[in-house]
Amino acid sequence: MSEAYPIIEHKYDVVVVGAGGAGLRATMGMAQAGLKTAAVTKVFPTRSHTVAAQGGISASLGNMGEDNWQWHMYDTVKGSDWLGDQDAIEYMCREAPQAVLELEQFGMPFSRTEEGKIYQRAFGGMTTQFGEGPAAQRTCAAADRTGHAMLHTLYSQSLKYDTDFYIEYFALDLIMDKDGACKGVLCLCLEDGTLHLFRSHMVVLATGGFGRAYFSCTSAHTCTGDGGGMVLRAGLPLQDMEFTQFHPTGIYGAGCLITEGVRGEGGYLVNGEGERFMERYAPSAKDLASRDVVSRSMTMEIREGRGVGSRGDHIYLHLDHLDSAMIDERLPGISESARIFAGVDVTKEPIPVIPTVHYNMGGIPTNYHGEVVDLKDGNPDAVVPGLMAVGEAACVSVHGANRLGSNSLIDLVVFGRAAALRAKDIIKSGEAHSPLAADACDAAVARLDKFRHAKGDTSTAQIRDDMQRVMQDDCAVFRTGESLQAGVKKIGEVEKTMADIKTTDRSLVWNSDLVETLELDNLIRQAVVSMTAAENRKESRGAHAREDFPDRDDENWMKHTLTYHSDGEGVRLDYRPVHTYTLTDEIDYIKPKARVY
Amino acid sequence: MVELALPKKSKVGTGKTHPKPEGATNLKTFNVYRWSPDDGENPHIDTYYVNLDDCGPMILDGLIKIKNEIDPGLTFRRSCREGICGSCAMNINGTNTLACTKGMSEVDGDINIYPLPHQPVVKDLVPDLTNFYAQYASIKPWMQTQTPPPPDRERLQSKEDRAKLDGLYECILCACCSTSCPSYWWNSDRFLGPAILLQAYRWLADSRDEFTGERLDNLEDPFRLYRCHTIMNCANTCPKGLNPAKAIAEIKKMMVERQG
Repeated sequence: MSEAYPIIEHKYDVVVVGAGGAGLRATMGMAQAGLKTAAVTKVFPTRSHTVAAQGGISASLGNMGEDNWQWHMYDTVKGSDWLGDQDAIEYMCREAPQAVLELEQFGMPFSRTEEGKIYQRAFGGMTTQFGEGPAAQRTCAAADRTGHAMLHTLYSQSLKYDTDFYIEYFALDLIMDKDGACKGVLCLCLEDGTLHLFRSHMVVLATGGFGRAYFSCTSAHTCTGDGGGMVLRAGLPLQDMEFTQFHPTGIYGAGCLITEGVRGEGGYLVNGEGERFMERYAPSAKDLASRDVVSRSMTMEIREGRGVGSRGDHIYLHLDHLDSAMIDERLPGISESARIFAGVDVTKEPIPVIPTVHYNMGGIPTNYHGEVVDLKDGNPDAVVPGLMAVGEAACVSVHGANRLGSNSLIDLVVFGRAAALRAKDIIKSGEAHSPLAADACDAAVARLDKFRHAKGDTSTAQIRDDMQRVMQDDCAVFRTGESLQAGVKKIGEVEKTMADIKTTDRSLVWNSDLVETLELDNLIRQAVVSMTAAENRKESRGAHAREDFPDRDDENWMKHTLTYHSDGEGVRLDYRPVHTYTLTDEIDYIKPKARVY
Repeated sequence: MVELALPKKSKVGTGKTHPKPEGATNLKTFNVYRWSPDDGENPHIDTYYVNLDDCGPMILDGLIKIKNEIDPGLTFRRSCREGICGSCAMNINGTNTLACTKGMSEVDGDINIYPLPHQPVVKDLVPDLTNFYAQYASIKPWMQTQTPPPPDRERLQSKEDRAKLDGLYECILCACCSTSCPSYWWNSDRFLGPAILLQAYRWLADSRDEFTGERLDNLEDPFRLYRCHTIMNCANTCPKGLNPAKAIAEIKKMMVERQG
């Protein structure tokens, strides 16, 4: 170590890491429960990536026609391609309407119907009558800025409570005891470079996804999966990391998101021959099939020479046939994005789009209370004491192999709240903290010091670029054994170059060179386990489409992949069973069947 | 005679000019404000050349390219890169805006970048927005009601009432407007500034909120509200096309109306 790093210690009942939708909802619930709570976040809360969600938040309010949570649950199970845990899915869909009403009571500016109720639009994979009826209008919207409206509402609401926010603090590592319980988290204050140890009875990871492992993604620069990286370093597994969602409509080139709500409001995709090709791939749901299906269909069209543009490498999204007053009211945000990033007037021209990495179904395995679980002594649901995960960072698993659009925002608030309810039950406020071993923080500090003074030959940006290109090429919409084996080898080689990394900024004040390097260290581990899990899963399910194994194989593969990672030994794989039971008797287990839209 | 002088270390000097990338012909010059509390130096302007043939179109793309390939120490905030998170607000050629939605081609000649004006600088292009955020919290930006909400459904709001929030709720708290306001430069300790007043009006305009009187009381003050002199920099600079000055005028109107 180059120098001593003094550590400032804080004591809380709960510390929440991350202040996006899930983190803020958890924080608020913890405070309501009377727990002394700290919220630690690397960006000011309203900069979190929840802010970029557009189309809406699903809940069977039934404002636009008959609906119920059982239908929502059926759609979510089918969307997950039967990899989702049905107890958790039941919990989410049952709780969804109340969670949306709560947001409305907080003041969230939802769009409204003629009767003054919350406006709901159609979204991919959302149907009625257990898939037999017409499309459901289930996605509650604030124009096409629902994430922004929701995040700002949650942040402002959280100001009401007695919570300490530590803003622009970067979480370095979990502090675990020798029995495998989490005892706190060590963080770096960006403003002055001081180290802070947050002791707590519960650490809640709400750190979001790791979309930036890929070259082209809708995710923000800050989506670097910091919670996942910390969990892997703590010797705990990540789950279902092979399942990466490609959103059908990222803007060609820029990668910015264009909401599925465009298709929900009547927009459609067209190939180079002017054909509405989704009618061929999904005769019933057409452009509103689930995202994995639409992304694969677009990729097939491009591959078979029916793309648009001079290189035939993308697809057009039309909304120029829609009423411009409706576009102004319900889709103003994407009209602005299309103008700025594609130079397109959506009332006159189509938007050039391409499937773009958007969401990680995989993450930190939890039960439906948000408690992190691990496979331990044959128990696949063994709770890790002192640790929770919520939001995109977690894998509950409600999204299984493919998430339905608008199920992520509801996931955030339902499980953010669930985590707080659980914490209220199991934590006694003000209880003393057990003493830590004298060397409890040493490894975390050594890692920081190593990167701060890294004197290798390869820049952080170079390694990050290498990683992103390998993931983009070899862990894409369609996968083959050959490309995945090559991918495992290539990403392993990129990982090795981390030993040769070079940082330049030696300061401790707002050292973003250092933070980007620590983020890369989180990303690369997750890239490695994603690629390995994808190579390992020899079937096609949801977003994981293997050309050499084109069918779903329930007999051998209806199970969650667990991936462990250590610097010395690389990746170790294991499995947890899918929960093939529901939470209550009010709905029966939904049996697997062919997934057709 | 009172002698007025600029604070020490406020004078901006000329910094380092980084070499042009080899073989590149389509270059854009970036002159960027640099300051770090670590080295005891005055702020200075560093010059970089970005190869436009190998770079995305936005100014943020240029800054990221500089950080990735030329100077990893260059420090700025960024996140969503699509104009919704508000992180990368900075002063570009004299105008506060978001680097991620401002095209390089929109700037003739050199691109000159400074942090948002009149805020303490933490480092390079990173301003300290603590006061701005504290002012936001001071207006109680959450729904306040006395009537309990209906237990099993939403509060109703007509489409017309909901439309009154358009042009208000879209604010991303980037602080471009407040830090462009000369009145805020002078009195940011007591004047709330355009962004926060826009938010104050967002809650005044919400048909569901029942604390209009208390909210107006909180603003009834020579500084908090009335330091707005309709200079209109806020409306001109807002990267989201919002009009804080209009919202402030609406608040002033409500003040007059309630006096009867």
